[in-house]
Amino acid sequence: MPLLDVRNLSVDFKTSNGQFRAVDRVDVQVDVGDVLAIVGESGSGKSVSMLAVMGLLPWTASITADSMRFDGLDLATAEPRQRRAIIGKDVAMIFQEPMSSLNPCFTVGFQLREALKAHLPLSRRERQRRAVELLEQVGLPEPERRLNAFPHQLSGGMCQRVMIAMAIACKPKLLIADEPTTALDVTIQAQILELLLELQKNTGMALVLITHDMGVVAETARRVSVQYAGQKVEEQEVQALFANPHHPYTSALLAALPERATTRRLPSIPGVVPGQFDRPAGCLFSPRCAFADDRCRQVNPAMAAAELGHARCHYPLIQGIPQREVS
Amino acid sequence: MSQAVDDTLIEAHGLSRHYDVSNGFFGGQATVKALSNTSFRLQAGRTLAVVGESGCGKSTLARVVTMIEKPTAGTLTLDGHHLSSEVILSDAQQAALRASVQIVFQDPFGSLNPRQTIGRILEEPVLINRPDVSAAQREQQARAMLEMVGLRPEHYDRYPHMFSGGQRQRIAVARALMLEPRILVLDEPVSALDLSIQSQILNLLVDLQERLNLAYLFISHDLSVVRHMADDVMVMYLGRVVEKGAAAAVFGSPRHPYTQALLSATPVADPGRKQTRIRLQGELPSPLNPPVGCAFHPRCWKAEERCRQTAPELDDTEVHPVACFFPL
Repeated sequence: MPLLDVRNLSVDFKTSNGQFRAVDRVDVQVDVGDVLAIVGESGSGKSVSMLAVMGLLPWTASITADSMRFDGLDLATAEPRQRRAIIGKDVAMIFQEPMSSLNPCFTVGFQLREALKAHLPLSRRERQRRAVELLEQVGLPEPERRLNAFPHQLSGGMCQRVMIAMAIACKPKLLIADEPTTALDVTIQAQILELLLELQKNTGMALVLITHDMGVVAETARRVSVQYAGQKVEEQEVQALFANPHHPYTSALLAALPERATTRRLPSIPGVVPGQFDRPAGCLFSPRCAFADDRCRQVNPAMAAAELGHARCHYPLIQGIPQREVS
Repeated sequence: MSQAVDDTLIEAHGLSRHYDVSNGFFGGQATVKALSNTSFRLQAGRTLAVVGESGCGKSTLARVVTMIEKPTAGTLTLDGHHLSSEVILSDAQQAALRASVQIVFQDPFGSLNPRQTIGRILEEPVLINRPDVSAAQREQQARAMLEMVGLRPEHYDRYPHMFSGGQRQRIAVARALMLEPRILVLDEPVSALDLSIQSQILNLLVDLQERLNLAYLFISHDLSVVRHMADDVMVMYLGRVVEKGAAAAVFGSPRHPYTQALLSATPVADPGRKQTRIRLQGELPSPLNPPVGCAFHPRCWKAEERCRQTAPELDDTEVHPVACFFPL
């Protein structure tokens, strides 16, 4: 049984202009020790689906799912008490902006010990010792001194290390990292990604990495789920995804990478991601798809078989060629 | 406007920009060397990319080249006009020169005034710099420019909030081109955009360069974008150029340890590729208190005693110069 098992998750937001569906029938399964990357552009719902799991969405959101189970507990029907006991302990999350996720009014040590206090029966002294140990584990030099520092006294990379220390404080089974390196420089990004993977390997926790950077995906993930406009359009092992993408969106996205370019002009995807008011009928990618026909513009495609990467497409690609049925 | 003999549009010699800051309440004065001793040359129709991490001085360079800030030392020749800390140009000369160097900023959500229509945004540079152009002519120019950057003329009356990020960046490019500049400074032009939009804007920039023979000073931290766009590359670290050369040479056989580390730290979208990553220890030192000797030595795995004492210089007479005692 997977550690995290989310089926048919939809999230709708009440806006002043009616309902907006941010996440549309998404499945997420994460096994123990798995590294899953969720990729997508802005507005693809990749963060929202994980925030729904964490229970961090505002009241304007309504969440529906067939099942939303973590480690045997049904998150959808669980008592708030039960939920709180798990969130932050067994499931932890780190965010994009380390500087703004830490509270500027308290020292790093206070915030780190707070997480321990909330979840573990440790004495004050033990908490202090564990905090030092955690900062050592995430590679911060002079941990005792850093505990008394305020977030503004640390650099972005150091703040992200503190966030990671806080997230792994209670030895979580699942760590969700939402764009953990987007705000950081490349050499620091390399350090942080390496740290996350190392922690993942040493503790055996599962890691969900939300990102928009295909390079980061290629170098860290084992499995990749691609989202577009709230839907999961494809899911594959990382090697297979880059070698043989089955959904036209994934294929076009990979072709648009400057490092894969063979000509001076990049193959680009025309148009933009549909917003709240210009959602097309049928397949959401059809207005921008090179292979779309009338069926795509009218009928919402179902998910294809597992060997076709569950591609949400009428004509999944095999080696770049759409598979039209014989009719 | 006097024309340069060859088509060199920017020539910089020993360009520096230092800031005096007060170092805390009792700390007295200190100097931040945001940009030190930078020399380069940029011709029409070519792209010079400036790469480096935050705090390396790439944006300061953009501000000096666009005359937002004056250099504290060195000379800058822009389109045949000399600028330096000593030479003072008249306002009219400066205005004329500004028209030939324009800038596109990173964030198209912050760089467009939300209360102005697109038409007004595009016409403003003309209104200020070319007061003799009639209103009808201005409007015609703006509509033509919209078409040039891949927008429709009817977008003229709309407001920035009605556009997506990619379209806004097109508007920012259009505004920069209204005065028919010869040099375009692009400060992280695609960093704020999604991948599928990024390629559209990069293609637009390539097209415009071919059509208008523009010179690009392309500032970016994304090495895969730089590799695709640049003819020449300049790698900066803590306000200094550490390596300079043709893009193929810098990416193909990097000579400075920092360039190597930067290249190996950049994630590549190829899961099959296995490579040994150079692990850089530590972080960028504070520009207020840079290390003695080579600025990179605290993080460098090849550093020796000599690096800790004297700073290596960049020899500009070489084809692929590097500021390192032990280049690779």
